[in-house]
Amino acid sequence: MIDEGRPMMISPEAVLKTTTKIKLNDIQSGKVLSVHDKPNLKYAWDNGVAIGRYLAELKNGKIIGKRCNSCKRVLVPPRLFCELCWRPTDDWEYVQDTGTILTFVVSHVNWDASRVKKGQRYHTPAVIELDGAGKDQGILHLIDEIEPYDIKIGMRVKAVWKEPEERIGAITDIKYFKVIE
Amino acid sequence: MGLRRVAIVGAGLTKFHRYTQETPKELAYEATKMALDSCEMSLNDIDCVVLGTAPDAFDGVHMNGEYLIDGAGGYRKPYMRHYVGGGTGVLSPIHGWFHVASGMFDTCLVVAEEKMSPAFPHPAGAFLTIFDHTTEQPLYPTLIWIFAIEMHRFMHKHGYRKEDIALVAVKNKKNALDHPSAQLAAEITVEDVLNSEMMAYPVNRLDISPTSDGAAAIVLAAEHVARRVTEKPIWIDGIGYCLDTAYWCNRDLYYPDYVEVAARAAYKMAGIKEPSKEIHIAEPYDPFTYKELHHIEGLMLCKRGESVKMLLDGVTQRDGNLPCCPSGGLLGVGNPIAAAGLMKVIEIFLQLRGEAGPRQVPGKPTCGVAQAWGDLMQVGTVVVMRS
Repeated sequence: MIDEGRPMMISPEAVLKTTTKIKLNDIQSGKVLSVHDKPNLKYAWDNGVAIGRYLAELKNGKIIGKRCNSCKRVLVPPRLFCELCWRPTDDWEYVQDTGTILTFVVSHVNWDASRVKKGQRYHTPAVIELDGAGKDQGILHLIDEIEPYDIKIGMRVKAVWKEPEERIGAITDIKYFKVIE
Repeated sequence: MGLRRVAIVGAGLTKFHRYTQETPKELAYEATKMALDSCEMSLNDIDCVVLGTAPDAFDGVHMNGEYLIDGAGGYRKPYMRHYVGGGTGVLSPIHGWFHVASGMFDTCLVVAEEKMSPAFPHPAGAFLTIFDHTTEQPLYPTLIWIFAIEMHRFMHKHGYRKEDIALVAVKNKKNALDHPSAQLAAEITVEDVLNSEMMAYPVNRLDISPTSDGAAAIVLAAEHVARRVTEKPIWIDGIGYCLDTAYWCNRDLYYPDYVEVAARAAYKMAGIKEPSKEIHIAEPYDPFTYKELHHIEGLMLCKRGESVKMLLDGVTQRDGNLPCCPSGGLLGVGNPIAAAGLMKVIEIFLQLRGEAGPRQVPGKPTCGVAQAWGDLMQVGTVVVMRS
């Protein structure tokens, strides 16, 4: 096992031997054997006390967080312990359904990498700093009622809620946020 | 600390490709065999094996570590898998380092494999379930969204322009022309990047690394073995790794604190006080163009807000003062997730040995850093290497 000053150990020839070139087309056209499967995997997730209350309040048209008296943040989504201070959180606290866009995206792709179809609105998710919660932190939600490329960081936004009877206790009880000034 | 010095003594890397015909096990075997052959060792010389591979959802195999053991040469040996999303490939040598530095084993085979192509219609869909099931998944987020969100915040805070950030793709894809494993090497211009398909503003298609299949492997050895195996051991002198909170919206995304924490740990261990002067060559993680800059700042190779100037001044070019991603990076060579991180470690290994062929940076570098990042924009993994 002595190195005798061999040349470059990863040779292009050795690398090229390691793969063959199949194209997407070969798979789609059925030239390559493929298996299609549709697993029916369903989950029932427990929300716990904190997210349970968060969802219940969303159904009421309100956004609630939980304050940590140590770091002074109001945590949204609420949790029973502060992950930074590593202690139980303190009082429940409502925050406003208004806020500021910290950053956003104009997405031409869907969650599965397919493209947004012509005529459909691009997705415009944003991180929104809610009034009454901590600075430079927010929640993920969507922006609407504005041309996607007219959105700017720093714009003020307000939640647009579903009708009370349509709400089910979910983050989607807020349809989206709209720009208010 | 009573820890032993650990060296990298051999390396192997397959070609990166969008659809390989090889099975994941076969890819792992190719890279592993190449690594052992490169230092004229056999599996009999290997005391233990560690394996890195990212989400099981790509292969649709829910025990990918166990599934890959045969190709990774781990059969009937002490064997462990590690996984921190995109950060996996640089956690791999760290994981192996512990096995050898501790004195428990004299040699360790480190294997990283990723085959993303089995997931249809696109492996991006597999990432929906990394998000919180109640507060985020109902909004159908994607990885591109959150990285574009981070890029936009980074640009906003520092006033960076898209046309400047695009230069990272130009540089890395050009560097990759000299890499035999490269999937997307090309001579392109800033205009090509800006005119490529808009994926999620501010991210264009050429701002993103491809989905890939591939495998990488290295052999680690304790000092007394390493000196016997090779005249050119490359020492792992510093390691650092760190995870930030998974509440990713509750952090200001413009700066990767977790990379800085990991880098500080690695630099302290390696005795590095001024990283921008003492480190000669870097492989910051570049799955997106802005990420190379974001990570250069997190690695403290420049001050916050100065990475674009460094890029424009040519400092990070292969013949610059601090070459970054001389391999071609993920943007050029490809991004089979775990294997891509280990590819970066292998690049520093080859560069410090002077064996990088046409990619060799001038000036005989003796100290390099490789870094990766992943999960919900929350993990930093850093390795400092010296010749």
